[in-house]
Amino acid sequence: MRTLRIGAGAGYSGDRIEPAVELAEHGHLHVLVFECLAERTIALAQQARRRDPEAGFDPLLEERMRAVLPACARQGVRVVTNVGAANPVGAARLTARIAQELGLDALKVAAITGDDVLAAVRDGDFRFEESGTPVNALGDRLVSANAYLGVGPIVEALEAGAQVVITGRASDPALFLAPLVHAFGWAMDDWDRLGQGTVVGHLLECAGQVTGGYFADPGLKDVPRLAHLGFPIGEVAEDGSLVVTKLPRAGGCVTPATCKEQLLYEIHDPRRYLQPDVVADFSGVTVESAGADRVRIAGGRGTPPTGLLKVSVGYLDGWIGEGQISYAGPGAPARGRLALDIVRERFAITGLAPDETRFELIGVDAMHAGAATRSAEPAEVRVRVAGRCASREQAERIGREVETLYTNGPAGGGGVTRSVREVMAVQSVLLPRDQVRTQVHIVKA
Amino acid sequence: MKLRQLAHSRTGDKGDTSNISVIAFDAGDYEHLRRHVTAEAVRAHFGELVLGDVVRHELPRLAALNFVLTGALGGGVTRSLALDAHGKTLSSALLDLDLPER
Repeated sequence: MRTLRIGAGAGYSGDRIEPAVELAEHGHLHVLVFECLAERTIALAQQARRRDPEAGFDPLLEERMRAVLPACARQGVRVVTNVGAANPVGAARLTARIAQELGLDALKVAAITGDDVLAAVRDGDFRFEESGTPVNALGDRLVSANAYLGVGPIVEALEAGAQVVITGRASDPALFLAPLVHAFGWAMDDWDRLGQGTVVGHLLECAGQVTGGYFADPGLKDVPRLAHLGFPIGEVAEDGSLVVTKLPRAGGCVTPATCKEQLLYEIHDPRRYLQPDVVADFSGVTVESAGADRVRIAGGRGTPPTGLLKVSVGYLDGWIGEGQISYAGPGAPARGRLALDIVRERFAITGLAPDETRFELIGVDAMHAGAATRSAEPAEVRVRVAGRCASREQAERIGREVETLYTNGPAGGGGVTRSVREVMAVQSVLLPRDQVRTQVHIVKA
Repeated sequence: MKLRQLAHSRTGDKGDTSNISVIAFDAGDYEHLRRHVTAEAVRAHFGELVLGDVVRHELPRLAALNFVLTGALGGGVTRSLALDAHGKTLSSALLDLDLPER
């Protein structure tokens, strides 16, 4: 029986680079997938591309490609990645150029476009799923709209012989499902295989999060050698069942517990995980140990997709201003609370009225407010005031009011930091699938 | 006893919705968790942190529960004022839930 070996080389855009190089070199992989595109990354990339038409893809692309391409070419490992962000063709051109510089002239690089549906969303009549507000009310604040593509164009690129496939927005599991569909020739209406293939993608897409990363809780859940965490390898059988494992020499661990945490990560109704090509059903999934750092997972199923694609819409939503200051030693929480009261009153006196604010003490109530456990008085607290404002000028004033606590506030305040950032908000709309036209480009250096 | 003694947990975020898994270390404890870690108990534990609903999904084959909390992320990770805008630390807060002895 054939097995496809898929590695995950990154779980987010800033992820560690060496684990992917080790996988490419020693993992006996067929495919290495890099998932590098968070929800708002593509909106920020779109802004970057407006300033510079050659920009708009992942800033770490060059460093990653230079690190992994030689090993991938040597070992015959194909790469599938969404580093293209708002400019997949530009990302592919740079990748082809890097390959040429590395002496890998024959490397075939493909870019996939069609996820950018800004025009359709701007000109259509769409409402945000969560807030119900109309998209066209945003006017000039609308920045980007990208549909989550399915496996179709990635499979097409693989069939055309591409060794590196670069997408913009695509469903994260689709980056893994596509090589499975391509390798095993799964029919696009074989819902159970597509459902189980989605399980494969979902388990692997966050890389180290299934091999012991984001898992350790000393004494309860110990994980060896996290500084040398190994990224996962999925050994996938023709029926989609897989063994999740890692390189023996790498740190971390693969256990039923690490796999179950990742299986349910970012899942709502486990019977209806909506994907572009299938609605995956995780309710029948089984997870069992198959030896040291080997876990066998099977039983995912599926039903036909909804015909609607999720579209992430990025828009400018004001400015967030923030200021922080620390108090320590006896009475620190009381001085921190006094500081918060002073800043609140200063907002009223100076007429500063952000749309929304937070006044909190880091170390006391910044994370869970009322759900926090009451315990002994902390030895130090950090005052934090944050607010969202319509203008940059107003947002600046928030941090300045915290800063003036140095000479105008409680005793012993230190270590002020302040910041202002423009808010790139993201919400979703649903777009009929037939309104999206994808294209595969084979790109030369 | 605390939930942390019987189960582990991970939080995920999508928009303004948080999901928190509760996974039994020992499948034999699943029934105890199912009886006591109810949607109502989770809602009460988080109090005003959750503006919307709390829905529980059961996964007996994994000895796990999955809670979906709407309106729990300050408007969503991209615009929230929270220091932990993803709500990633919510799983640890939930593990502090008090449970009756088995």
